[in-house]
Amino acid sequence: MSLITTLARLEAVSTGNAQPAATVRHRHLSGHPLVFVPLTTSGETGAPLGALVGTDRDAPRLLVVPQPRDRDLRFAFLAELAELVLPYLDSYTGSVEAAERTETDPETGKRVKVEVELCSDAPQLIVPGRAGIEYVRLLGRSMRFRRTAEQDPQAPYPAPPRVPLLGRWLTHFGERSRVPGSSLLLAMTDLLSRHWATGQSGIEDQHLGALLAWIDPPAGSTGAAAALLAELARDGEGQLLCPPAGPATDPAFDNKLLAPAFERYDRARTAFAEAEDGLQADDRLAILTAAEREIRALVESRTRPTWDAVWRGLDLLRGLPEGARVEERWTRDRWSFTGHRDRVLAGEPPQPRRDDAVTAAGKLATREREQARLDAQEALDDPLVMAGRRLSGEAFAGEVLDVVMACSEGKRPSPRPLVTLRTEDRPQLGERAKAYRSLGGKPQSAEFVGYEAEGVVVLRVLDKMGRGKEPEEGSVPEKGDRLVFTLFEHEQRGGARLPDPEDTPWTHGGPPGETAAVPENADPMTAEDIL
Amino acid sequence: MTQNVIGHAQEIDPATAAAQATAAILHDTLHGTDRGVVVDSPPGAGKSTLVVRAALELADAGRPLMIVAQTNAQVDDLVLRLAEKNPELPVGRLHSSDADPYDKALDDLPNVRKSAKAADLAQTQVVLSTAAKWAHVKVDEPWRHAIVDEAYQMRSDSLLAVAGLFERALFVGDPGQLDPFAIVGSEQWAGLSYDPSASAVSTLLAHNPDLPQHRLPVSWRLPASAAPLVSGAFYPYTPFRSGTDHGDRRLTFAVPSDGSGPDRVIDEAAESGWGLLELPARHTPRTDPEAVRAVAAVVRRLLDRGGATLSELHRSRRSTGGTPLTADRIAVGTAHRDQAAAVRAALAELGAADVTVDTANRLQGREYDVTVVLHPLSGRPDATAFHLETGRLCVLASRHRHACIMICRAGVTDLLDDYPSTEPVQLGTLVKFPDGWEANHAVLAHLAEHRVTWRP
Repeated sequence: MSLITTLARLEAVSTGNAQPAATVRHRHLSGHPLVFVPLTTSGETGAPLGALVGTDRDAPRLLVVPQPRDRDLRFAFLAELAELVLPYLDSYTGSVEAAERTETDPETGKRVKVEVELCSDAPQLIVPGRAGIEYVRLLGRSMRFRRTAEQDPQAPYPAPPRVPLLGRWLTHFGERSRVPGSSLLLAMTDLLSRHWATGQSGIEDQHLGALLAWIDPPAGSTGAAAALLAELARDGEGQLLCPPAGPATDPAFDNKLLAPAFERYDRARTAFAEAEDGLQADDRLAILTAAEREIRALVESRTRPTWDAVWRGLDLLRGLPEGARVEERWTRDRWSFTGHRDRVLAGEPPQPRRDDAVTAAGKLATREREQARLDAQEALDDPLVMAGRRLSGEAFAGEVLDVVMACSEGKRPSPRPLVTLRTEDRPQLGERAKAYRSLGGKPQSAEFVGYEAEGVVVLRVLDKMGRGKEPEEGSVPEKGDRLVFTLFEHEQRGGARLPDPEDTPWTHGGPPGETAAVPENADPMTAEDIL
Repeated sequence: MTQNVIGHAQEIDPATAAAQATAAILHDTLHGTDRGVVVDSPPGAGKSTLVVRAALELADAGRPLMIVAQTNAQVDDLVLRLAEKNPELPVGRLHSSDADPYDKALDDLPNVRKSAKAADLAQTQVVLSTAAKWAHVKVDEPWRHAIVDEAYQMRSDSLLAVAGLFERALFVGDPGQLDPFAIVGSEQWAGLSYDPSASAVSTLLAHNPDLPQHRLPVSWRLPASAAPLVSGAFYPYTPFRSGTDHGDRRLTFAVPSDGSGPDRVIDEAAESGWGLLELPARHTPRTDPEAVRAVAAVVRRLLDRGGATLSELHRSRRSTGGTPLTADRIAVGTAHRDQAAAVRAALAELGAADVTVDTANRLQGREYDVTVVLHPLSGRPDATAFHLETGRLCVLASRHRHACIMICRAGVTDLLDDYPSTEPVQLGTLVKFPDGWEANHAVLAHLAEHRVTWRP
């Protein structure tokens, strides 16, 4: 935790309310996000209990699995989910713009520009918390290798038609969310704690109700008091007033309300199956429907508060203006979305269970580059974030006291003006350290020459002054200018070129061979799979 | 003495043991049939000397050789060593296209060619560069041989990018130093043999378990007072020993102690090789001003007291006076960069700005007569995985030829007991021994015998 975050948290503790950690919004928010509030069954991995899904805050769709251990009902849930999510995704695949991309020409091996399509906008999934992102990933993993009856007529338990496709998309969203700064799949708790600092720990911040209480407490209460209520307050029957944002549910809810309701449902179902005549069946169906409705009501009562909290969080975040470089990062998300759309259209197999060596290395390199880019861009977009970097000695702000023209030595002398700057920051400037400032959105680099006096830094400007002997107008700081220099670079270089997966070297196990060419099968059936 | 339990191998004298190990390594490298040879080298065991020797022998055998190191400083250092051993050898230094990409001292070497393009260096026998630069090189025909230096500090993905450039390679490194790290989470790949964030050697050995592995058995840097502790605490299953004996090295001061804390700890360290200056327990920010001032004060006194080092090198040269302990023979090590910056500022105030101050990461591979270390856990309220990392303490405690002085707040042992390692267990990953918790305790237990408490 950086020093400024610690200070902000201390301030939040002493005032009882969350403190702003940003002055602009650092993530893209779609005008039309799909909010997904899933619940899972305790004790069984990846068995959904229900969810609220939708793009309209006043009309969420409630999906419920009345008996989560019944795999047919589970499939019905997933099929229903697919019918809600896939049309939403599809609504973004059609509208495209022309764009250019550099690709390696397979014949000449040269890097050439090719004209490609880029989706003009991309969908956005919002879940309540980080555990929700994990759950999206898990659902994707459980669905993408399934085979439908059409794909494999021999499959003993074929998946409903669009379920494997939903699995591939959810996997893509889950994987993309691991890229720092990406916004295809976001967790509300992450979004809020990026923009506000509360007086509680990072783990406590993952409780959406408590986090919102710190940021936007009800009238007449402090954030701290409201957060405590959100975490602990229970009604007369021992149920939490603010149910956990899921996917896991509160044990008191599981034991006292959900388990008896399941039992009633199971009994009603057995009774219905054993009905001896039409009249009896009608009666018993009514009981079964009532039992199912009861479970639906229970699930809705536990998801609706979270659903509303997510939308309240969105309101709060929309109150912040979007950071200047957020759009650029969202374009990368659009590329990612377009790329997966194309892979699906091209009939490529689902994402493999495990990355091969080259893919893993490529992903890690991308994520590290994006992390560095995000850190730099957030600071450049937001003076409050920059203040944190200044406090830690990674940047400094000051007023230009003097500019002396000087030239580089050599055959073609270029301008290398010396800029003297007074700063109250304490940057960690080593010998000949590089410093960068933003000049019209592009980084201009300078070199640390020395200290003239305490707090008076001399820098030599190195580039972005044009090709002539005289620097271009406006490219050199002037006396009286207030400038911010960073010790970190503003833009990231491209990473190393990795071999093609077919050329994986001997140190990493050699080429994958023929086994890798066969698409992976769905997970084999186990005894536990069949009830 | 417990000589007979130490075992048979120890009875050979260190020089012979080291020579035998080197001969076996060179034999496998030059005449072996395996595509790779791995050499583990404890601190100061002559890793660079081995790399230079192997390079010269491979060059003599007429095999085109590429050398991969991790930082530009390491590459330049190897170029200088190669040129010193064989000034006639045509050496290529492949560098980046940044400003000042290499050490200016290379310009004085007539047989060293420098270029940012690998094609320009095709005529040289040996080409050296960093892993990052090599990753951008493309060749039609791979090099016959490569030497990968500091291979334990190289990340697996970085090896993946360069492994296509060579047919066979000698991997040399120190397994006890800092593991490579990634700035983003990489748990997703934990347990995979080619986890891109793991070290190059772990991936290499996971895929090629039968490669010959060697070990350099003798540390020439660490004095007899330090080798057993460092070996026991950080290399419990691959012990090594010091090339010198007690009494071979001496650190003396012309100016007697003034009785202050810094002077007392300096005397303790001069006598025993270790010193712990313990400040009163307190939770502090990372750049603990008192601890930083204490570090600076110790360095200032080291310089003011007219120190002299006497070692086996002097005896062999038959000189008796020893070498003055000057600023370039002292280093300060810290865990964080802001701590290093704070110490530098404090030293500049005391007029000792030319003493090296750096983080553990950057001190790797370097050697000094005396080191002053700000303990990574000093003043902390918690012990995170970063601060407990075995390699960090190992680097800080193994840079010295004569003495190491640690500056630390009291209470670290309690802190360690409050924070046992709680890292999640990942299936399929190799568990590293020892863990940081245990290594920290071992070092602290030893340092406790050389403790000087001081209230500044």
